[in-house]
Amino acid sequence: MENQQKQKSLSDRIWSFLASIKLAIIVFSLIALTSIVGTVVEQQAAPEKNLKVLGSIFGDGLAPTAYKVLDTLGFMNMYRSWWFLLLLVLFAVNLIICSIDRFPGIWRVVRTPVRPLPPDAFRNMPIKAELAVKAKPAALRESVLSSIRGIGFNAAREDEEGGFQFYAQKHAWSRLGVYITHFSIVVIMLGAVIGIFFGFKGFVNIPEGLATNLVYANTGISSQAEFDERNKLLDIMDSAQGDVGQVAKELGVSVPALTRRLRHLGIVPLGFAVRCDQFDVDYYPNSDMPKAYKSHLTVFDGGKPVLSKWIEVNEPLKYKGVTFYQSSYGVLPDTSGGVAVLELKSAKGASDVERLKVGDSFTIPGTGITGKIDEFNPALNFDEAGNPYTYSPMMTNPAIKVSLKFPDGRTATKWIAKRYPESWQLPDGNIVGLTDFWGVRYTGVQARKDPGVWVVYFGCITLALGLFVAFFVSHRKIWVRVAQDKGGSRITVAASSNKNKSAFERQIEQLKTALLTKEVSK
Amino acid sequence: MESSLFFGLSTVAYILAMVAYVSYIAFRKNGIGLSATGITIFGFASQTVAILLRWKEFYQLSGMGILRSVPLTNLYESLIFFVWCLILGYLIIEFKYKNRSFGAFVTPIAVLALAFINLSGMSTGIQPLVPALQSNWLLAHVMMSFISYSMFALSFSTALMYLISSTDKRNEGSYIFWTAALGIFAAVLLAMGIDWVRYGVGMKPDAFIKSYLFKSTFRNSSGFVQLMSYAGTALLVFLVWLSGSRLKGVIETFKLSPVMLDEITYKSIAVGFPIFTLGGLIFGAIWADQAWGVYWSWDPKETWSLITWFVYAFYLHARLLRGWRGHKISVVAVFGFVAVIFTYLGVNLLLSGLHSYGSQ
Repeated sequence: MENQQKQKSLSDRIWSFLASIKLAIIVFSLIALTSIVGTVVEQQAAPEKNLKVLGSIFGDGLAPTAYKVLDTLGFMNMYRSWWFLLLLVLFAVNLIICSIDRFPGIWRVVRTPVRPLPPDAFRNMPIKAELAVKAKPAALRESVLSSIRGIGFNAAREDEEGGFQFYAQKHAWSRLGVYITHFSIVVIMLGAVIGIFFGFKGFVNIPEGLATNLVYANTGISSQAEFDERNKLLDIMDSAQGDVGQVAKELGVSVPALTRRLRHLGIVPLGFAVRCDQFDVDYYPNSDMPKAYKSHLTVFDGGKPVLSKWIEVNEPLKYKGVTFYQSSYGVLPDTSGGVAVLELKSAKGASDVERLKVGDSFTIPGTGITGKIDEFNPALNFDEAGNPYTYSPMMTNPAIKVSLKFPDGRTATKWIAKRYPESWQLPDGNIVGLTDFWGVRYTGVQARKDPGVWVVYFGCITLALGLFVAFFVSHRKIWVRVAQDKGGSRITVAASSNKNKSAFERQIEQLKTALLTKEVSK
Repeated sequence: MESSLFFGLSTVAYILAMVAYVSYIAFRKNGIGLSATGITIFGFASQTVAILLRWKEFYQLSGMGILRSVPLTNLYESLIFFVWCLILGYLIIEFKYKNRSFGAFVTPIAVLALAFINLSGMSTGIQPLVPALQSNWLLAHVMMSFISYSMFALSFSTALMYLISSTDKRNEGSYIFWTAALGIFAAVLLAMGIDWVRYGVGMKPDAFIKSYLFKSTFRNSSGFVQLMSYAGTALLVFLVWLSGSRLKGVIETFKLSPVMLDEITYKSIAVGFPIFTLGGLIFGAIWADQAWGVYWSWDPKETWSLITWFVYAFYLHARLLRGWRGHKISVVAVFGFVAVIFTYLGVNLLLSGLHSYGSQ
């Protein structure tokens, strides 16, 4: 035996190493340990941030050295580093090879039908029971069989000298549960790889009223020249309205080559355009905490609108395999293009909606009252002296200042806010309401195409099933032998279960009770 | 807020139950044992009522669907639910194994968690939900995660008891392991207590931990104090190491067989692991995919869940394939729960990332 092992060829040894549980344990530990570092060091963050983190662990003196060491080892973006990917590949290889290695043996066990047990083997089974009854074996056939059925086994019978034996097994296939689990993990990793190679993850901010035909992804940019090239290509793309075919023709390159180059520079053309028609935030009552934020998006394909939808967090839009997720929002640095949407109502009931810029004038319908918008404030509040100020960089309470002129010559200025304080009512019952200040915010949209996601989901489903089978379904075997003994019969029960033995033991107890009661009732 | 009345009732009941279980193992009177069980069941019932009432209050306040108003949205609510699961798991074990001694180990964990809520001054009010949490996945993901955490907590306490009750030589590796673990645990708790007394009264836990944790001891500006803190920890570990046999004596009075402890450890993990995989990892990935557009982004919470998953996968493979039993495997179970605690609390309080809801 020892000689044989020494004579194992190199490829055999590599195979058994790759199939070994030892390798699995090493890889498990390495992935876990390196990941710990990856959660402490913030990934792809500005160096100052991590210097601070490292400073609080090693002290400020050692932090720069620690940073340098970790950076050289790739820990600042470790989940994309070659060695971490290598660990994941090793994990997958180990999983596949150990499954291939063990599968034939398990498959044989699954396929082998249960056989009657020789009488002396009954003693060696992990679960056993014995009872003596007064009836002759021949009279017990039916009752024993129905008792075995009672605990869920479909037993076969073999006649023996002076008696018989029932034998059955169930859920032999459950031994495959662990392979389903392993296979699922490989499937999930495969799905992830498909996503990396055939999909993209991008981001774009779309100002209200504008459209985009491309999104931005992580770049591979490493020099100023590439950066300039990126800006130039963005300009060309813009003037060609995102038509990659046209740009490729202009530049005299092939479409795939241009697409690859754009991808390298972090530009992903969509092949269609997405416009943000409107962006909106709902707040919780009496607070600036957003309850929901949403964007109304319209997709234009070939210049024609094809799809419109309100997207929210947890409620994305899908078109041609690309999914758009509501991710963030913000206010544009320049708010001069903003449009106030005014609801004008007279005390007599005439009403009108006007869309006006700062500086524009309006008339409340049916009255002689005119007004002019003087100023815009994205988050109006008043200090203790009653002076207006902007209390937040986000547009949490848009407001406009209007100068009003009444027919009798009186004038007044007034702040009208969208949310608070209540300011729409004029003293004479007329209303100037600000329902929106449009065109000064952008919606942050995450765009993703991932053809591998269904593969991942499939893997998740089989993983859940595999785990369920592996932990909660057991391969159980049972043998019940009835033999002539003195004037009556002796019933011997033997059973085995590859997991959760105690539950099966309780079932065997049930079987015993059933056998006795059936016997007694005769 | 009728729910707070019932929460208060359950807290008092669990404290009384702890006292009763401890006196039960001291005096071994059946009456005490019965009343301990009774008080625990009462506490559990009022906690159930409290959670349901809070669910109702949240539902009426938020105006969202009933499934979306599940009270599992911040650290306070999750700790309450964790205690609930733990007590439920314990009651099941008590009835199944007909053994009450274990209660003296589980009720203190529950009381400790509830004390942490009260002492840290974390916000217990109903908070409105940020948009990312408004999803039907909240219920399935968070609830299943916590059920698995509670199973892991059970496996941790039985594994630790196994280690304590089955080692006696002071030079034995596993004896050193559990005494060191317990000593460090006590030192960390003590250091946190000092910080809390010095700076933290009434402060929000995340702000407290980010700015002041271990500032009076291990992270003190004075090098001398730092040195003394480490020396003190070493001393504490030494003391536990020296007097470990006394603790063993206490545990031995529980009359739990090591085989049974080992079996409960394994069973809790065998139930917790699939639930954790499905509810924590898979449902989490599906939800992340819907909300953020990525099913996996190596966010610290995700990564720590994966680390936890690997530790328990290690436990299962070592036990089922290599036949590890006894000390070695119990050490793995203890480490597994350390990873769980970090996934649950450490990530929220110490690391930043997308999953920052739990820190308020």
